[in-house]
Amino acid sequence: MEALLAGIIASLTGCGVYLVLRAYTFPVVLGLTLLSYAVNLFLFATGRLTVGQPAVISPDAAGYADPLPQALVLTAIVIAFGMTAFVIMLALRARAELGNDHVDGQSDGHRSADWWQGPEDGP
Amino acid sequence: MSQVVILPLLLPLLAAIALLLTRRRVSLMVRRRLSLAAVVLELATVLWLFWVVTGEGIQVYQVGDWPAPYGISLVADRLSVWMLLITALLACGALFYAVQGTDSGSRHFHPLFQLQIFGLNGAFLTGDVFNLFVFFEVLLLASYGLLLHGGGPARVRAGLHFVVLNLAGSTLFLFAVGTLYGIHGTLNMADLAVKVAQTAPEDVGIVRAAGLLLFTVFALKAALVPLYLWLPAAYAATSAPVAALFAIMTKVGAYAILRVETLIFGDAAGPLAHLIEPVLLPLALLTIVVAVLGVLAARGLRRQTAYLVVLSIGTLLTAFALGSRQGIAAGLYYLPHSTFAAAALFLLADIIARGRGDLGDRLDPGPAVPAAALVGALFFVLAVLIAGLPPLSGFLGKWMLLQAALETPGMPWIYAVVLTAGLLSIVALARSGSLLFYRATGAQAEAAALQAAPGALAGAAVAGVQGGPSGGGGADGGHEATGADWPPLLSVLGLAGLCLALVTAAGPISDFTASTAEALLQPERYIQAVLGGGAGS
Repeated sequence: MEALLAGIIASLTGCGVYLVLRAYTFPVVLGLTLLSYAVNLFLFATGRLTVGQPAVISPDAAGYADPLPQALVLTAIVIAFGMTAFVIMLALRARAELGNDHVDGQSDGHRSADWWQGPEDGP
Repeated sequence: MSQVVILPLLLPLLAAIALLLTRRRVSLMVRRRLSLAAVVLELATVLWLFWVVTGEGIQVYQVGDWPAPYGISLVADRLSVWMLLITALLACGALFYAVQGTDSGSRHFHPLFQLQIFGLNGAFLTGDVFNLFVFFEVLLLASYGLLLHGGGPARVRAGLHFVVLNLAGSTLFLFAVGTLYGIHGTLNMADLAVKVAQTAPEDVGIVRAAGLLLFTVFALKAALVPLYLWLPAAYAATSAPVAALFAIMTKVGAYAILRVETLIFGDAAGPLAHLIEPVLLPLALLTIVVAVLGVLAARGLRRQTAYLVVLSIGTLLTAFALGSRQGIAAGLYYLPHSTFAAAALFLLADIIARGRGDLGDRLDPGPAVPAAALVGALFFVLAVLIAGLPPLSGFLGKWMLLQAALETPGMPWIYAVVLTAGLLSIVALARSGSLLFYRATGAQAEAAALQAAPGALAGAAVAGVQGGPSGGGGADGGHEATGADWPPLLSVLGLAGLCLALVTAAGPISDFTASTAEALLQPERYIQAVLGGGAGS
């Protein structure tokens, strides 16, 4: 079971990193989502994988499942969900303001020579 | 247990909720006063907490009265209250500037501003690694909104990079926290310090990996090389009061590095002791080098200031990387100085940009700014402050740093880099100042035209991005006699005055930072205060 979960986390992270490094906002958002799935599973696994154990300590149970990682995962899910919603809205706004969905706001091959200076903003 | 510890969290949170609920019903004037009252009240609370902590020692608040390793702890030690005090003072200065007109574009400016303070205060007060993550997210989410305040393509582009980078950083943070929890079964920083010192030999590698992962995240927040690239674009693009408030945001990363390095990976951590130090010093020096090149190459005053922020973080982390009592004390003295000076320069750059019409803050000869003598004098003072020339606080901070570095093996490198960077930033700032103030073309005519038709020229120049100062161009008529728009300048004067206070009160303040550094290097008292006697097993 551990190997399966580790494999899932690894492939989610790998895909997430690959997508985050793309040049357009949609794959980047998908990549961030995959990364947050991976980290949620990872947090869940930090309490060790147990089967059929109660989450509440009782004298007649043999052991118990660690409840804290579940609380952590819940918090992480809520935050990641809110952040994803925000970054989607921001990507749409960037598409509207900059005219394309490139992460630098310009299509490939049209980078000006002084791109490293960034945009000079007006007053 | 002291109840006052939670007040710096409750006040901005309640103010943010009140400002959010009243955003449609109450006029902007009332909400401005409410927001200002909140930051002033917050400053008073922080001063109270400061007094309590310096008088009675570390204050711990266990949320919900759950005992320490199980519940959430808020810990106010000397380092925390020092950071809280800097944040509160900076917030007053930035907000006072913002109510001159920056805040009129969106109803959500004031709630976001208060939430940002809430997140900052939470990050400084929390004694729990997972809560540090949560408060980082709170302050980041507020900062995303503030960064984009006012809109415009430049802000959206910089904001997209900032958000995506920080989301990736949050993921790394969670991986690090999860690894630490998986090995040691605790998230409380004091408890973690105890447990990390007892790490089993077979786990040392993985805890080291988690520690370095945490350091990567904090380095991203602090804008350390090579993770600083988001900062110049974001800080140069956003509105002035937001950039001024953001001057403390990189310091959150520096604070987290210092806290984790001294508490969890301190002297007592055995094989894991001083995990970060070997990497930190070269990276900090490299940050200074890269930043000073940015300062020299920048074509706009705001971008130049943003690189000066990167420069200050490099200097600050050089001081922290020394790891000695004098080094940390020098860093803690330099920290408020660099925060206030950079914030003041951001605000002044905005005033200059408004006065120069279409040229903005670009470093090209152009019309003289209104009240050039006053603005120019302020620029001169701030440049002296930031470049670290005697007799002001930048010089004192750097002098303490160099003195602390005297006996260390990295001494030649630190001296060479810090002193050369100081010289080059003087050159760059002198060039900016002469371009902006001495080589003004057609000064009299243009200035006269600006004053004659404030509604047309000043209004058009100003309304584009900033939303205009309070009352826009029309109200500027009242200032024609002096040519200076006083309320925004008062903010700059206030922040510069704080730096002067750092000089005049240098004795007591350096005593305070020295004893703070002393306390940081003896984390036993912190651990005992949080966990209580003998609860650490």
